Amino acid sequence: MSESDGAPSTSNRTPADSHRLASGVEHPAASHGHASLSDPATTVFSEGQLAEVRRLQSLYPDPQGALLPVLHMAQETFGWISLDAEEYVAGLFGLSPAHVHEVVTFYTLYFRARPGRHVVSICHNLSCHLAGAPGIIEHAKRRLGIDAGETTPDGRVTLLAVECLCACEAAPMAQVDDRYELNLTPEKVDRLLEGLR
Amino acid sequence: MAEIVLMRNFSRPDSHTLSAYRAAGGYAAWDKAREMEPTAITEEVKKANLRGLGGAGFPTGTKWSFIPKTHTGPVYLVVNADEGEPGTFKDRYLLERDPHALIEGMLIAARAIRCTLGFVYVRGEYVQPWRRFGTAVKEAYDAGLLGQGFDVVIHRGAGAYICGEETGLLSSLEGKKGWPKIKPPFPAIKGAFGQPTIVNNVETLCCVPPIITRGAEWFAGLGTKTQGGTRMYSVSGRVKQPAVYEAPVSITLRQLIEAAGGVSGTGRLKAVVPGGGSAAILTADEIDVAMDVDGLKTAGSMIGSAGVVVMDESVSIPEALMVLARFYAHESCGQCTPCRESTGWIYKMVHRIVEGRGRKEDLDTILDVAKRGAGTTICAFYDGAVGPYISYIEKFRGEFEALVPK
Repeated sequence: MSESDGAPSTSNRTPADSHRLASGVEHPAASHGHASLSDPATTVFSEGQLAEVRRLQSLYPDPQGALLPVLHMAQETFGWISLDAEEYVAGLFGLSPAHVHEVVTFYTLYFRARPGRHVVSICHNLSCHLAGAPGIIEHAKRRLGIDAGETTPDGRVTLLAVECLCACEAAPMAQVDDRYELNLTPEKVDRLLEGLR
Repeated sequence: MAEIVLMRNFSRPDSHTLSAYRAAGGYAAWDKAREMEPTAITEEVKKANLRGLGGAGFPTGTKWSFIPKTHTGPVYLVVNADEGEPGTFKDRYLLERDPHALIEGMLIAARAIRCTLGFVYVRGEYVQPWRRFGTAVKEAYDAGLLGQGFDVVIHRGAGAYICGEETGLLSSLEGKKGWPKIKPPFPAIKGAFGQPTIVNNVETLCCVPPIITRGAEWFAGLGTKTQGGTRMYSVSGRVKQPAVYEAPVSITLRQLIEAAGGVSGTGRLKAVVPGGGSAAILTADEIDVAMDVDGLKTAGSMIGSAGVVVMDESVSIPEALMVLARFYAHESCGQCTPCRESTGWIYKMVHRIVEGRGRKEDLDTILDVAKRGAGTTICAFYDGAVGPYISYIEKFRGEFEALVPK
């Protein structure tokens, strides 16, 4: 990590910035203080991962092309993208932390606060809406005791209402971590949520 | 329905594997195309009347021919697998069930445009399709289909509808936020990493192997005068059998709804979105329209990504518009003022109308703002939002007015 590009150090940045999930909704855990703590010692890739970073960079005519894939790697490794992680990744690319911040904040899949152990993203776009998505989202909110954009206090589930996931033939639907869960009913939502530990 | 071209392998066991694809005659088109002159491939695709199936409907062979003949540096092929248009889910099926058809289409396209490196931009949420396609690419490398003059890099997006817009996609591929770029220069002249680039949709490229194997005339003959082939229609909403249906592009919207089992809910049709969320809505009286690029243009809408969303009489049109307006407000990339501001304000106005807090002047304000902003932005995103804003209100004005307090 280099300060030579004139980017402000982490300590100069507004802490409120890191308290927000990608959806822009306040992360409830953040107000309890623990989600924004990032241990700099953990914001480092292993030697093997650094080799993977170099391999990814070599795939593109300009190494910067690998920024999104490397940010995915960072999120998988650190759980979310902290300002420290942004600065670390910026250093791997010789980019300014400001550029990486601009990229991270543009996309919905990069979390800027630690999400729950499971992320449940329920589609609320047109076809899902016509198939009852509002009721499904309300049901999930009640079951979890949280609003969309929030994480359960035990850190188990983050609930999001998201735009079209392109599985409209099986509406209403949701993405639960990596999987698409189709043709949701309140009962199916209950079973899914109970299965998340 | 007539001939099945794109979904021909879907019901085969393990259709996603190289062995199943080969057993079904896969990569025969590539064997043929590798003996053809690049310009002959492009000519064949032109004659086939293949038009882009991602949204814009541009003639594919013509697009390929825009690569400058005098260019000596690298040329890139970029596959747009950033499917995100509301109501569309066809490319997900192709990536999961016939990934080798896409790889074969890429090989042929790459030869036509003299390209040695291709990128496949898969939307970030498509984790399973991304893995499935990745496995197929690895198989193709192991079999020596890839890596012999043409390489493929799979690039996973990170959640942004605007990256489905081709220049926004290229910005994202270059490691930036997905802001669209001013055209011209078009990507074929100056695209990814500053080099000539062809951006094609998944389904478009999957049409290419059958064109090479069976000939341009056969493909052109499947469709209309101005668009060849069949395409995959994503049908959802209030129909009895929501699914992806392949049909010749000459099929009418009425026939397509019938193929999907007819209208569900009340059983009486109110309106249909014919080409993804950004297409102008059609009323129940407007469904005798051919589902090709020109047919829907004549009807004042667009075929777009061929995502068909059916609404029965019980559906609230203002509520449907509110859902789409929320989507556009969320997905506007923020680069151009008319789009950034209008999408947010229009959502607020439609929202308050639906909640019974609308003002008498709101509808005219929305129409005024929508019409003034159309055509003033860098990309087509805002024009895509304007289609629904105007058509939903103009065609169902009474329904909106009934919600506004007297």
